[in-house]
Amino acid sequence: MSSIGTGYDLSVTTFSPDGRVFQIEYAAKAVDNSGTVIGIRCKDGIVMGVEKLIASKMMLPGSNRRIHSVNRHSGMAVAGLAADGRQIVARAKSEATNYQSVYGEPIPVKELAERVASYVHLCTLYWWLRPFGCGIILGGYDRDGPQLYMVEPSGISYRYFGAAIGKGKQAAKTEIEKLKLSEMTCREGVIEVAKIIYKVHDEAKDKAFELEMSWVCDESKQQHQKVPGDLLEEAKAAARTALEEMDAD
Amino acid sequence: MDLNMNVDAPHSMGTTIIGVTYDGGVVLGADSRTSTGMYVANRASDKITQLTDNVYVCRSGSAADSQIVSDYVRYFLHQHTIQLGQPATVKVAANLIRLLSYNNKNMLQTGLIVGGWDKYEGGKIYGVPLGGTLVEQPFTIGGSGSSYLYGFFDQAWKEGMTKDEAEQLVVKAVSLAIARDGASGGVVRTVIINSEGVTRNFYPGDKLPLWHEELEPQNSLLDILNAPSPEPMNI
Repeated sequence: MSSIGTGYDLSVTTFSPDGRVFQIEYAAKAVDNSGTVIGIRCKDGIVMGVEKLIASKMMLPGSNRRIHSVNRHSGMAVAGLAADGRQIVARAKSEATNYQSVYGEPIPVKELAERVASYVHLCTLYWWLRPFGCGIILGGYDRDGPQLYMVEPSGISYRYFGAAIGKGKQAAKTEIEKLKLSEMTCREGVIEVAKIIYKVHDEAKDKAFELEMSWVCDESKQQHQKVPGDLLEEAKAAARTALEEMDAD
Repeated sequence: MDLNMNVDAPHSMGTTIIGVTYDGGVVLGADSRTSTGMYVANRASDKITQLTDNVYVCRSGSAADSQIVSDYVRYFLHQHTIQLGQPATVKVAANLIRLLSYNNKNMLQTGLIVGGWDKYEGGKIYGVPLGGTLVEQPFTIGGSGSSYLYGFFDQAWKEGMTKDEAEQLVVKAVSLAIARDGASGGVVRTVIINSEGVTRNFYPGDKLPLWHEELEPQNSLLDILNAPSPEPMNI
């Protein structure tokens, strides 16, 4: 897929002759090997979904959470190395609490995204640190409405209407682009996210997976929470039906 | 008469300061006397200080302490505004003032009233009195002269005033306090903040009403020196 670094890829503090930092690109590969994570911005909030690939049947369903709440009104879904992701979530929580103590109001999503991106970037500047092997989708609802950000291992962060990372990101992005997000409510968005994740899941390569979803919208009173059980089941059922219809064609 | 005036005493702003919300913004008002002991060091000081384009603070207590706190908060707010990419909210300004006041309560002696307008909450007034509490209120008064205004505001304050009503209320209140509080005096300054911007007004002493027991200016006894000598008697 890409060229070998041949000597310029040994350290994150080395540029290659064509201006690339290979270590960061390799970190991005770690993200590409993980289960798909998508996030969409609907007209009244954000929906995020994760394709959690199950390594073993002995694992308890619902364990190994991939979506975390950073504070009341924002959450992040992590793809890539899970342990690295835990570190970033911890930092984000700390930034959010610190901002609240100093400024007396909940951290705006834009500010949170900038701080997380800054932290991820920090770890690409020193030879004694390695870059984080995680991609992060950050969704929150503040005074300026719902906002969705994505942070890459390089430390870049952009605001999106819809974003996808992980194995099935190309297929997922195509599906997201088909959606009319500005007219969709989060309730409808949950169904759509489930459908997309089921669709991009590769039955051949990966066996089982668990779908984990969260939202922050008007219906959840602008609080970040797991999608309610009954809605989640409804979404899974709709996704399975859609798959069967596709297979039947 | 205190002949041993200590002109090197720390500058204190005896003060009367007021912050009032109205329908659409806030009005901040203050007197202008800065005293060192019994001597009036500055009779026309400006106690209403700018923190950002849309947030101002009324200062009382130690002049030095209140200036330093304002300077720090102005600096922090400036950086915050750059990071955020939009004007800071009044709440954030008030919180920063509060953190400095509370965390340094042993060393500071200053009561502050933060007032301003932002697009999320509209006009807001926050009181940060001596210990570093933060209280959001529809109106608040502070400084030594405020003691004489509690009853006045209980009666005269009402919700949803217009801009002019609110300003008149503030000017009247400050002038009442000036009449009774020796540590307040000079002119009345007001600052009106709303969605359209900031307006500063100035009411010199002669524009303020006199309240009942205030004396009319006396004729000077020096006038008898220029009086004509009595006519000599005609015998």
